[in-house]
Amino acid sequence: MGKFLARRLLNHLVLVLLATSFAYLLAATNLDPRGYFEQMQPPPPPEAVDSRLDALNLNDRTPLAQRYATWLGGVVTGDFGRTIQGGDVASQMWLKAGVTLRLITVATLLGSALGVAVGAYAAVRQYGRFDKAATAVSFLVLSVPTVVIAIVVQVLAVTVNDGLGLQLLRYSGEYSAGFDGTWWELLGNRIHHAVLPTLVLAVALFASFARYQRNMMLDVLGADFVRTAMAKGLTRRRALFRHALRTALIPTTTYFTFTFGALVSGATFTEKIYGWHGMGAWLIDSIFRQDVHVVAAVSWFMAVTIMAASFLSDILHAWLDPRVRV
Amino acid sequence: MSTTSTTEESTAPAQAPAVPRAPSRTGDITRRLLGTRRVLVGLALLLLLTALALAGPLLTGWGVGERDFSAMLEGPSPEHWMGTNRTGQDILTQTTAGLRRSLLIGLLVALLSTGAAAVVGAFAGYLGGVTDRALTWIADLALVLPGFVILAILSEHFAGRGGWLVLVVLLAAFSWMVTSKMVRGLTVSLREREYVQAARFMGVPPHRIILRHVLPNMSSLLIADATIMVSTAVIGETALSYFGLGVRSPDISLGVVIADGAPFATTAPWVFALPTALLIVMVLAVNMVGDGLRDALDPHSTSHRS
Repeated sequence: MGKFLARRLLNHLVLVLLATSFAYLLAATNLDPRGYFEQMQPPPPPEAVDSRLDALNLNDRTPLAQRYATWLGGVVTGDFGRTIQGGDVASQMWLKAGVTLRLITVATLLGSALGVAVGAYAAVRQYGRFDKAATAVSFLVLSVPTVVIAIVVQVLAVTVNDGLGLQLLRYSGEYSAGFDGTWWELLGNRIHHAVLPTLVLAVALFASFARYQRNMMLDVLGADFVRTAMAKGLTRRRALFRHALRTALIPTTTYFTFTFGALVSGATFTEKIYGWHGMGAWLIDSIFRQDVHVVAAVSWFMAVTIMAASFLSDILHAWLDPRVRV
Repeated sequence: MSTTSTTEESTAPAQAPAVPRAPSRTGDITRRLLGTRRVLVGLALLLLLTALALAGPLLTGWGVGERDFSAMLEGPSPEHWMGTNRTGQDILTQTTAGLRRSLLIGLLVALLSTGAAAVVGAFAGYLGGVTDRALTWIADLALVLPGFVILAILSEHFAGRGGWLVLVVLLAAFSWMVTSKMVRGLTVSLREREYVQAARFMGVPPHRIILRHVLPNMSSLLIADATIMVSTAVIGETALSYFGLGVRSPDISLGVVIADGAPFATTAPWVFALPTALLIVMVLAVNMVGDGLRDALDPHSTSHRS
């Protein structure tokens, strides 16, 4: 088992390195930092542009291999280079990562818990009224792009606010700018702002988890061990909870870790529309700013989260399902 | 496909009327499909949408991108059935043009990515050995590559004439991996079937076996998967276009129309409502057909049906 995990870990590290390098090379060849400086008003002299680009390791007249080597040398020591404005990428990255992780942790927990509960109950009452309604709702939600959900929720929030004549729902930013108060007021302000974006993410997750869990639960409900559990005298509720649901949750944990990993990029739209300065929004902005190092750093972060999720799901799976532990 | 032709060949010469008709897979599936209301509704909706997309230019007297400076950001009127946007473009015209492009993007991406998945998965599974390991590794790598980041970086190449085709290729390039893994798994089990072995011992080259015997026998999976891929591609395109990283103007797609309308969603709902509604109906219809297809074609999933 340990050897298997070590091999997986090594494989993951190589894949992360490849993915990040690929993103860096692509960004370095396709983005145009020189254009960013040349477009400044008033236009700086060419020598100044060159020296600035050299200082940032972004000069397109330096051979690509040399730039890549310099960049990689930095990344190995934890230095992700400078942003195009001269800031330190690594320190900014952790700030943005914090924002994104806060948003998606709450959203995935909420969405998956709700989805699992609804999906499991729907499976128990298969073809019942609840099942039909739940299936229809999740099917509908899955057919609506997150962008549209986010915008529609925002529009509804504006309508509600206008209707009530007060700021009941916040739909922009992570906290009120210039807001000051005691720590619980600050916390309350942040939570107030987080309600809608979290909701948007959770709704989409809820739908996919409900469908997934329903299928898993249906597979298990017909299994012999559930029938045996009821036959040996357990109550239906106990058999369903202790035996059926517990088994049906194993594949869901794998699904959960992967969703979490994929959501780092998946939350981009919600972040951008709700004005949260997380990883995804940073990526979009930096592409328009021709910021090569930020793009590479975000790619690295996304690759690492997906790999970490995959690694975690390997461990969780082995822990929950004795059959894997061979 | 080859299965259907062989059954037809075997039934045609049999003249004895007493012999019951050999069960035809196509007929069986068609009957099952038509028995599923979901598929019928989805197909009907898709036909309607396609008709609307194609008839769009005939419905309104306005050209795509044409501006009516006497009516900017105005609600529905006899002149403009669905109103106009900020620059005086007719919403119905823009939306139908966008719908046309979005449908096309969805279909092409599905075709490309399912085709790639089928070829890669089947060759990996059938040939095994070094080929298998190399192809699986490429699929793993493509799964790890941040597709969204790469699409965004390369987005400037989507501008200009035919730029949307680049977008199609890239969307397909990041969506074939999971299907190819499924195809590989199926191929590994099909490889040991008698008819494949018979073909192999008769000296049929591997690529012919894969194309004539392996892939046709998993066509059901591929068709269902391609359908779902259409909606995934459309959603992806919309999201990218919304941020200006997908289809670029003057080219138009549903995502572009929605992005244009989104800032006015509260003040001028007609700019936003029609394209969004059409997008949702389209994705819903495709998903209904795909879901129904998967059930009709896959005997294992019938128990999961709602």
